[in-house]
Amino acid sequence: MDRTGAQIIWECLLREGVETVFGYPGGAILPTYDAMTEYPIRHVLVRHEQSAVHMADGFARASGRTGVVVATSGPGATNLVTGLATAMLDSIPLVAITGQVGSGLLGTDAFQEVDITGITLPITKHNYLVTRAQDIAPAIREAFAVASSGRPGPVLVDITKDAQQGRATLDWEGAAPTRHLRHIPPSPSQVDLDRALAMINAAQRPVILAGHGIQLSGARAEVLALAELAQIPFAETLLGLGAVPASHVLSLGMMGMHGESWVNQAIQEADLLIALGMRFDDRVTGRLKEYAPNALKIHVDIDASEINKLVPVDVPLGGDLKQVLQAMLPSVKAADHTPWLERIRSWRGDSAVRDIKNLPDDGHLYAAHVMHDLWKITKGEAVVVTDVGQHQMWEAQYYHHDGERSLITSGGAGTMGFALPAAIGAKLARPEAEVWVVAGDGGFQMTFAELMTAVQEGVKVNIAIINNGYLGMVRQWQALFYEGRYAATPILSPDFVKLAGAFGIHGERVEKRSDLEAAVARARQQPGTALIEFKVEQEDSVYPMVAAGAALHDMIRRPSPSPIAETGADPV
Amino acid sequence: MSHVLVIYTDDEPGVLTRVAMLFRRRGFNIHSLTVGPTERVHVSRMTVVVDTDEATARRAVEHLRKLVNVLEVQQLGHGRNVVRDLALLRVSTRQGRSEVLQLVQVFRANVVDIADDSVVIECTGSLGKIEALVDSLRPFGILELGRTGAVAMARGLRSEDSNRLAAVATVAPGSSGAMSV
Ligand SMILES: Cc1ncc(C[n+]2csc(CCOP(=O)(O)OP(=O)(O)O)c2C)c(N)n1
Ligand SMILES: [Mg+2]
Repeated sequence: MDRTGAQIIWECLLREGVETVFGYPGGAILPTYDAMTEYPIRHVLVRHEQSAVHMADGFARASGRTGVVVATSGPGATNLVTGLATAMLDSIPLVAITGQVGSGLLGTDAFQEVDITGITLPITKHNYLVTRAQDIAPAIREAFAVASSGRPGPVLVDITKDAQQGRATLDWEGAAPTRHLRHIPPSPSQVDLDRALAMINAAQRPVILAGHGIQLSGARAEVLALAELAQIPFAETLLGLGAVPASHVLSLGMMGMHGESWVNQAIQEADLLIALGMRFDDRVTGRLKEYAPNALKIHVDIDASEINKLVPVDVPLGGDLKQVLQAMLPSVKAADHTPWLERIRSWRGDSAVRDIKNLPDDGHLYAAHVMHDLWKITKGEAVVVTDVGQHQMWEAQYYHHDGERSLITSGGAGTMGFALPAAIGAKLARPEAEVWVVAGDGGFQMTFAELMTAVQEGVKVNIAIINNGYLGMVRQWQALFYEGRYAATPILSPDFVKLAGAFGIHGERVEKRSDLEAAVARARQQPGTALIEFKVEQEDSVYPMVAAGAALHDMIRRPSPSPIAETGADPV
Repeated sequence: MSHVLVIYTDDEPGVLTRVAMLFRRRGFNIHSLTVGPTERVHVSRMTVVVDTDEATARRAVEHLRKLVNVLEVQQLGHGRNVVRDLALLRVSTRQGRSEVLQLVQVFRANVVDIADDSVVIECTGSLGKIEALVDSLRPFGILELGRTGAVAMARGLRSEDSNRLAAVATVAPGSSGAMSV
């Protein structure tokens, strides 16, 4: 049957299993929007195209399915850039479809013509410029295959207006993709597997570095089997939180710049690091020269270009994590590392860290209180979507994630403005989940127009704004490294309660810890999106901290004496 | 240290940009890059000479393998390759045409054009040979120099091995003509 290119687009999306797309119309994509009404696909109209990508991203992170974005040419397409880069750095499968000027006008600087395939070349896994209706189906099918196979990532398909208007027969079978199969990583050699096994079976002080790849590969059970069998403690990257359960006895907690001191200490003193689906980002290694100097290193990653990129490893295991672990598990020997685990436990006990959540309610509200109480009230079962900054780190430290895909956060790019739109996408992917936004006063103001999207789409998310009156994380750096010169970090906010009112949603303000629980309960009970502004201590900082470029064990602790006492004990 | 990479790609618009962009973005230093058709339709072959250490060269290979348009990447071993560059030189003959022509003979190069006071010389050979020729001719006055960059091939491959590569390279492109930029 002959179809228009626009119909082929929707037909392909439907056949790819797409139920929801996030987008914004415009001239060059109008034929596609015009055909949309014929297809049972939900379109979520955003308020800014960047948010459309974050929504599709949140949708993908919450569900594991590929998120889909639709936008027009020119400014519509360029507004996608930050979202695509965010997804690229965190390996999130997305397909973005953009309209483009007619093929006859390409290269003429026509109205709303922008070379979006050129612009997005380094921030997509692959992209396409399609100029004929018959080329649409092969491009879209391949885009989905590329986005979700191997190490996932975003793919952009730019389709000219005449290709959308032209006619072609949809040859679904003929459009079956193959090129994404060209570089499926080989399984590691038996020799390397054996070397890794020998190291694992001989290690005295092993640590597993648990990364996002565990989630992407669906390898949670295998990782836990390895850890339990050989009694290997595991430390998580930011994106690894929730990939393995925080409450597991072998879980150490988050590593890196704002990781727990005992976790970083364990990494520095380990004799074997088993890196699983993580990429030794500078935020987790500290100064490379002094990183885990005594450890042999095994690195499993589906992206071979990540292995030996920053940290030279002893055994490279390129391949899908789940498969690699399945191949190794039968030969892993049961082990007992009690002395090592005890040692780490003693560091944990000794570290008079930053435990402010046991403080008496002295009238001050600290972000850590909010995170801790939110964790308790939601029983750790919410999907939390954070923005970027101090609140993001406090969330990571105090909300203990057991469930898979329960923390959604922009790690690699650190994109402010991510939380609200990503949370809307997450809620649409998992309507049964309780979704919380945790955002700073700064980041929330970047994309809060999406509140109206939530209202228009009838999406319920709960929002915790951590209002400290500053671009807090930057202020913290200014306090620590720029002698307290707060250049451009004090930030005013609107009256968030009135703002909520303007959007027609529930809103309230909490300034005392004693008011928190009731406010959270009211927000949860609201049928629609609800917002709570938490007025927190303005100049609090996130501790401990590894300064950029310092060695991992060289952590800045909460200054003492300090207005904030530290208890050291892990509270319940 | 220079490393020679041979890259088989789809013959599509924009593939060269993707490869060049990758080298730029990852900070790999390209000495030369040549591209041309191969014995197979729709497959191009690039020869890239990079100046870098062994580990970085290997990483470049892994990055290239992630490009959808790349069929296969070979990193040629040292010493077991044929590496050829083509140079065209316009050389002044004001200081003596016969001496120039003598040098052309010594280097087994060819004169392809003769003008009043200059000649155009064509020379194919290893990078070293061409550099030596250029050095020898420099005193006469090189008016114009154009070089292609290296094309390379491994020596001593058995036909099975080449067939294996050919098989890899002919995996049908998935999109029947969707233009990848
Ligand atoms: C789009 C973007 N711009 C700038 C930054 C740099 N940056 C990182 S954290 C931060 C401050 C965030 O402030 P706020 O949202 O109030 O959160 P807080 O740190 O106070 O919790 C800034 C400006 C960024 N990560 N993303
Ligand atoms: Mg703030």
